[in-house]
Amino acid sequence: MQVRMNSHLQPVSKSKGVSEKMKLLNKLAVVLVFLAGFPAAHAALTIEIVGSGANQIPVAIVPFAGESTLMQAVTPVVAADLQRSGLFKMIDAAAQPQPHEPAEVNYPDWRTRGADALAIGSVRPRADGKLDVSFRLLDTVKQSVLAGYSYVIPPAQLRATAHKIADEIYEKLTGDVGVFSTRIAYIVKSGARYELQVADADGYGAQTVLASNEPIISPSWSPDGTKLAYVSFERKKPIVYVQSLASSRRQVLAQFKGNNSAPAWSPDGSQLAVVLTKDGSSQIYLINADGSGVRRLSNSAGIDTEPAFSPDGASIVFTSDRGGSPQIYRMPLAGGGAQRLTFEGNYNVSPHFSPDGKSLVFIQRANGSSFHVALQDLATGQVQVLTDSRMDESPSFAPNGKMVLYATEIGGRGILAAVSSDGRVKQRLTTSTGDVREPEWGPLSKNQ
Amino acid sequence: MTKILLSTLLVSLLAACAGQETKEQPKAAVESREAAKPSGAEARPAGQQGVAVNPLKDPNNILSKRSVYYDFDKYDVKDEYKPMVEAHSKYLASHKDAKVTVQGNTDERGSREYNIALGNRRADSVKKIMGAMGVPDSQIETISFGEEKPRGTCRDESCWKENRRSDIVYQGE
Repeated sequence: MQVRMNSHLQPVSKSKGVSEKMKLLNKLAVVLVFLAGFPAAHAALTIEIVGSGANQIPVAIVPFAGESTLMQAVTPVVAADLQRSGLFKMIDAAAQPQPHEPAEVNYPDWRTRGADALAIGSVRPRADGKLDVSFRLLDTVKQSVLAGYSYVIPPAQLRATAHKIADEIYEKLTGDVGVFSTRIAYIVKSGARYELQVADADGYGAQTVLASNEPIISPSWSPDGTKLAYVSFERKKPIVYVQSLASSRRQVLAQFKGNNSAPAWSPDGSQLAVVLTKDGSSQIYLINADGSGVRRLSNSAGIDTEPAFSPDGASIVFTSDRGGSPQIYRMPLAGGGAQRLTFEGNYNVSPHFSPDGKSLVFIQRANGSSFHVALQDLATGQVQVLTDSRMDESPSFAPNGKMVLYATEIGGRGILAAVSSDGRVKQRLTTSTGDVREPEWGPLSKNQ
Repeated sequence: MTKILLSTLLVSLLAACAGQETKEQPKAAVESREAAKPSGAEARPAGQQGVAVNPLKDPNNILSKRSVYYDFDKYDVKDEYKPMVEAHSKYLASHKDAKVTVQGNTDERGSREYNIALGNRRADSVKKIMGAMGVPDSQIETISFGEEKPRGTCRDESCWKENRRSDIVYQGE
C-alpha cells in the first residue's frame, strides 16, 4: 500500500526530445523528488500519434533561453504535448537567430517559415535555488502578444510547468481548456503482479498507488483529483476502497456480502455509486464517500452495473441486461424509471458522460468478439464508432471532452490509447513490459 | 475427525447413487443418515480407521466435482451439471456447519465490470438450485471474479469455455 516508484516500466526509444543524459538526470531527480514527497518525473509510457486534426494550427516553439543546461528542458515537453493533440503543426524553430524576448522577434521571418503563432521564453536560476520561467505566446500575423506568464518554481517542477505552458498555448489557440497538466490512472499487470498507477497525461512520472498479487480494477478519480476509488480482490473477493493519493491512506468503502464493485463518484464528491450483490443480483447503490448511508438506487431482477454520473449530478447512466442484452440506460437520481439509450447491436457497455453532458462514450460489440469505442450524441441518438481496434475497453473523456482514453490490445498485450472525440487523431501509449488496462482520465488540476 | 468420518459414510452412499440414474436415491440416503444421527464411533467403518477419505476430495465422489460450465453470454446451469450441484446441496443441507463460496467466472471478452456481474449471475444460478434444495442463504456466499482469474490463458474458445465457469469452494479449502 505504499507509494513506490515503478521500476519495471522502462523508457522506450521513441520518447520525443529527451536525450539519454536527460533521462538519467530525470531518474536522479526522481529519487530526490520522491523522497521529498513530490510527484516524480519518470518516463513510463511512450506515445505514438496517428492521424491529425482537420485544421492544424502552425506554431513554432523556440527553445527557451537557459533551458539547455537544465536537467529538464521545457520546450520539448511543450512541443510534445501540443503535437500529441493532433491540432498543431510544429514549425521548426531550431534555426538561428532564436528570439527570447518580443523585441527580438522578426515577425515577417516567422511568417515566411509558416508559423501563425510563436512561443518564446527563458528559464533563469534564482539565488534561492528556484527557477524563473517566463514565456510569451505571440501572434505573428497581428504581431501581438497573445499570452504571457512567468513562474517561480523549484527545479523539480519543470515538467509540470511545461505542461502548464502547453495548456496556455492550447487554450489561447483553440479556445478549449488544455488537459496537459492532468493525470491518468490505470492498472499494470506484470506477471502475477497488479499495480494501480497514476501518471501525467503524457505518461511520465508514473507512481504506484497500490501493488497487489490479486487483481485490481475500475479505478475512479474523485472530482477534486485527490483520491482514487478502486476494486481490489486482495481479500479474495471484490471490495471497493477509497485511497488518498497524497497520504496513501485508504479505507474500505464497500465490503458487503458478495461483490462490491464499479465505483463512480458524484460530481460534488459527496457520494459514490457502487454495484453490490448483497441483496441478490448486481444492483446500483449510493453510498456516502465515508462508506456510510448505503441505499439502493436501481431495482431490477437482472444485472445493473457500471454506473456513471451525469456532470450535473442529477442522473446516472449504467449498463443493464433487463432488455435481454447488455444495453445502456439512464435513470434520474431523484427516482423514476430508467430510459434505454442504446439500440444498435446487442452489446453496449461501460458508459461515461462527456464533460458537457451532451454525449456518451461507451464500448460497442460489433460482430462476435470485436469491441470498439463508440460515441453517442444524446440529443440525436446518433452513434459514431471512433476506433477500428478489436479489443477496446474502459473509455473515459479527457476533462475538456476533446479526447477519449481507453484500453486496447496490440500483439496480445494490453496498452492504453486515446482518440479525439471526432475520431481523427489517435494516440497509443505503450510500455515496454506488462499489460496496461483500466485507464481513467483524471480531472483538471485545481490550480489550473 | 468425526465430521470426516461421517462424511465418508455419506459420501460412499452418494457415490453409489451418483453412478446410478434415479434421483430419489441420494435424498433417501441423506435422510436415513440424518435420522440415524450416528456418533463418530458408530459411523466409523470397520477396518478403515484413520484412512477415511474426505468426500469432498475423493476423486471417486461426485462431491469432488466442483465446476459448472456455461455457454457464451449465458448463466443457466445446464442439465449435465445439475446432479453435481444437487449432491453439494444435499451435503450442505446435512452439514449445517459447512459453508461454500460459489465463485463465478467469465471469459475475457467484454467489459470487466459487466463480466463481474455476469460471473455473479452464474454463481447465483448455482446458489438458486442449492436454495431450492433447502440450503439456507447463510451457508452460501456468491462472489464473482469476472474475467480476472482465468484458468485458461490462451485467446480462443478452448480457453474461453474453460473460463465460463462457476466453482464451488468449501470454507477452509
